Amino acid sequence: MNRIIQKLKEDNLPDGKTGKLLSIYFTAGYPNIDDTVTIIQNLEKSGVDMIEIGLPFSDPLADGPTIQASSTAALKNGMTTELLFEQLKDIRQTVSIPLIIMGYFNPILQYGVEEFCKKCKETGIDGLIIPDLPVDVYHSEYKETFEKYGLINVFLITPQTSDERIRYIDSVSDGFIYMVSSASTTGAKTGFGDTQTEYFERIANMNLKNPQIVGFGISNNETFTQATKYAKGAIIGSAFIKHLTNNGAETIASFVNPIIATEN
Amino acid sequence: MSYNINNKGYYGEFGGAFIPEMLYPNVEELRQNYLKIMTEPSFKEEFHQLLKDYVGRPSPLYYAKRLSEKHNAKIYLKREDLNHTGAHKVNNTIGQILMAKRLGKNRIIAETGAGQHGVATATVCALMGIECIVYMGEIDIARQAPNVARMKMLGAEVRPALSGSRTLKDATNEAIRDWINNPVDTHYIIGSAIGPHPYPDMVTKFQSIISEEIKWQLKEKEGKEDPDYVVACIGGGSNAAGTYYHFLDNENVGIIAVEAAGKGIHSGESAATSALGKEGIIHGCKTLLMQTKDGQITEPYSISAGLDYPGVGPLHSHLYKSGRGEFYSATDDEAMTAGLELCQLEGIIPAIETAHALAIFEHKTFQPEDIVVISLSGRGDKDLQNYIDYFKL
Repeated sequence: MNRIIQKLKEDNLPDGKTGKLLSIYFTAGYPNIDDTVTIIQNLEKSGVDMIEIGLPFSDPLADGPTIQASSTAALKNGMTTELLFEQLKDIRQTVSIPLIIMGYFNPILQYGVEEFCKKCKETGIDGLIIPDLPVDVYHSEYKETFEKYGLINVFLITPQTSDERIRYIDSVSDGFIYMVSSASTTGAKTGFGDTQTEYFERIANMNLKNPQIVGFGISNNETFTQATKYAKGAIIGSAFIKHLTNNGAETIASFVNPIIATEN
Repeated sequence: MSYNINNKGYYGEFGGAFIPEMLYPNVEELRQNYLKIMTEPSFKEEFHQLLKDYVGRPSPLYYAKRLSEKHNAKIYLKREDLNHTGAHKVNNTIGQILMAKRLGKNRIIAETGAGQHGVATATVCALMGIECIVYMGEIDIARQAPNVARMKMLGAEVRPALSGSRTLKDATNEAIRDWINNPVDTHYIIGSAIGPHPYPDMVTKFQSIISEEIKWQLKEKEGKEDPDYVVACIGGGSNAAGTYYHFLDNENVGIIAVEAAGKGIHSGESAATSALGKEGIIHGCKTLLMQTKDGQITEPYSISAGLDYPGVGPLHSHLYKSGRGEFYSATDDEAMTAGLELCQLEGIIPAIETAHALAIFEHKTFQPEDIVVISLSGRGDKDLQNYIDYFKL
């Protein structure tokens, strides 16, 4: 079974946790070109449930300044699609949590969509998040290929997404739905207000077949707790990148522990 | 073969809307409404009234006698440089501001390279009393100072794009990010025939007034509507799209595009997208773009800020790939020389972007009886400093 699906089904974890998932995003090749494997291993050791590995892109439209700067730095460090797969080739010997690659469509298109999917399967990647691959194009052109290689493709919804479109996205998805917390690019904000709470409640009440994981604007235990009150989990990206910028790849537990401590 | 857009938003294999979900409601709202709004009698009336009384259309189709003698062909110049604000860009911004009003938007964002589109956007926002924010690469702000001042005088806020190459591509990224962060009240006036569907088609249709006028003006002058060739410079390609539009499906009219070769196509400092580009996704559409083997978008170079863009609109990719269009590229030197030649033969100082189109005579020889219409897309006032520096005037 795909590791993402398996993870999503673990409602009551043996360690007594609530079953709320913490997913962490980082940009491959940042802060140093060879940090990729270290970061993944340390994230798993720290108790993170799922990891999104960012494939850096020169023009990341959906990202705010923090992730954009990390992508630019990673590319400058020499990160490429080929190198990322090379770095990850033995990752499944040491890491067992779900791994997702998050990247923009153009680098994947240039690599060849089928070739990319094949390589993901060989490497042990479980899913993809491609913000600028629209659901209808995926549905009509790429779904079969993704499924052939056992990959789950994750779609985004936002507070502006209509109920009808959310239902459509839910019907095309078979893992989880990435729920963007507010109308924004990525980047940590300070807390969620009534608008977000209403939106979280509205989505929770739709009883979608796929669980939702909230992203954008989660940076600490407070926002993590708020977001996971209504959703299955939450994703932290920019705040973690800032931590890496300041502390490097070795001291990851000090970032992760306070976030998951509150839910025990 | 049709060279027009199909009902899915593609020109052949190019186009579409490859956008993050955050942009979907805005783009979809526009897609569902743009054709309906554009064909409403009240919209058409207001659009054409403003083009006439405010922009000063029709722009003249001028028979360039001395240029014709020099290059041994019948050369007409479509004088978009005489439009209010000095370039073709205003045709599109008038159309889009009217569109934005009908969609109930009260905040406008735009990207600009040379500053011509920024000025044209700031102008129509002032005209309509709507808030205007223009994103412009930090490097372009430095090399196009007069246009920055114009935008400020017109009441627009100019926000520098500090990421990447700090030019047009990055200004576009910043404008898109702004739109993601302001999804309800804001309309994004894209200045070229690029972006997610329906932008390339909408911009092309607003600019198609250029070829619509060429047809009746040429009929008056030559007794026939169709020239042998239409020639335009291409960055993203909006003046070219408008110049070609009514001739696309008439294969008796040759379509010629001139891109910016910078310091030479293979010099590593170029913006000749058709020669150097490969199919991919940039700013929401599938088109030809300059990129690394790995799919990273590369930094273009041209002396002309308006052509300094690593992609080309999807219509043009289709014209290139299908062979319908002839694509050439002119170096900085060829363009500057052709620009100066127009000054001295016809008394017209062209924008450096436009000067690339005029450099066609370096690359193609026409027959003496050929009627060649060149889109004189903009005037050169904004480029004076570049001309001064280049020719040590």
